[in-house]
Amino acid sequence: MSGLMTVVSLSYLVSAACYVIGLHMMRTPKTARNGNQLSSVGMFLAVIMTFIVALVKHQASAMGWILLIVALIIGVGYGVYKARTVKMTDMPQLVSLFNAVGGGAAAAIGTFDYLSQPNGASLAFAFSFPVILDLVIGSVTFSGSLIATGKLSGHVSGKPISFPGAKILNGIVVILILASIVLTIGFPTNVWTLVLAIVASLVFGILMTIPIGGADMPVVVSLLNAFTGLAVAMAGFVIDNQVLIIAGALVGAAGTILTLQMAAAMNRSVANIIAGGFGTGDSGTADAD
Amino acid sequence: MSQELYTNLAIFVLSLLVGFEVISKIPATLHTPMMSGANAIHGVVVVGSILVALEADSPLFYVIAFIAALLGAINVAGGYVVTDRMLEMFSKPKEKPNDDKGGEQ
Repeated sequence: MSGLMTVVSLSYLVSAACYVIGLHMMRTPKTARNGNQLSSVGMFLAVIMTFIVALVKHQASAMGWILLIVALIIGVGYGVYKARTVKMTDMPQLVSLFNAVGGGAAAAIGTFDYLSQPNGASLAFAFSFPVILDLVIGSVTFSGSLIATGKLSGHVSGKPISFPGAKILNGIVVILILASIVLTIGFPTNVWTLVLAIVASLVFGILMTIPIGGADMPVVVSLLNAFTGLAVAMAGFVIDNQVLIIAGALVGAAGTILTLQMAAAMNRSVANIIAGGFGTGDSGTADAD
Repeated sequence: MSQELYTNLAIFVLSLLVGFEVISKIPATLHTPMMSGANAIHGVVVVGSILVALEADSPLFYVIAFIAALLGAINVAGGYVVTDRMLEMFSKPKEKPNDDKGGEQ
């Protein structure tokens, strides 16, 4: 490891420790705010160090830099503006929106790296497996969280929405997703495999979320949050970056525990909520509390 | 299996286990802030966005990289700020919260 990379790797390790300790401090009201701030310091460090690596190592074009800076400025500006102006009661849908874009970003990274492979190239399993999981999970959480945002804000009806043939459509979409996974892992790269994976996953995210009632939405948002964590971890495998793997896995696991606790607090089970959504359970009780 | 993949896999599995243990039982009032805080942490995806953005070299890749960076930045910046606003309520002494918008002090 060169001197620079040593410093960067150690900084990533410090960032990861900040996330873990920060998350741990968020268990109790007293230390929760400091915990979140510690985690944000770790994040700031990771981003700064990444910029330093980018400046020193990468031969990026001027165009690449300009687009990156513009995208980051718009993104940070929009995110901070929304976060500071949102009403307290509207926060859950904003969190869901931020979760959606996180999943979208993970899927975009997967798309970038898949398309970077020469067309028709055979992929190593160590690349194809995480990249397809990244694409599928990222796309599912993107569309699913957008629907959840819509339901919480009232843009989409909060009532469970079902339609004739929903089960059959679900089955078809699941088969298409499985097909895209097999095509990505077992066959050379092909743009249509990628399109199939993304479209089928986006549709699945919608189908999974629309039949669930508004009262159960917070649990669903939490579940999708855990999914996004896993998508980010997979993106970490794809681009070989440990801080993404650590943070993603951490959120994936902690988010799962949180989801179970939220469901338990509502006297519901996660399986019940999701299965209820797919019409196999009693979705009519969705608004009972 | 390459050394690199083994290292990444080990990190992944151990981080999952840390994640399962790190937040034991939490009070219901903290469910939403915790969810929001975890949401901000997966905003680390912006690091990945920066790294791929600088490899872009054609219009298609510029577009994908731009989207990745934009979405990642919204996630990370918005996520931390909104979590901090939620938690502000816990650190204040119990009094009526001022209802001026965005009281970020």
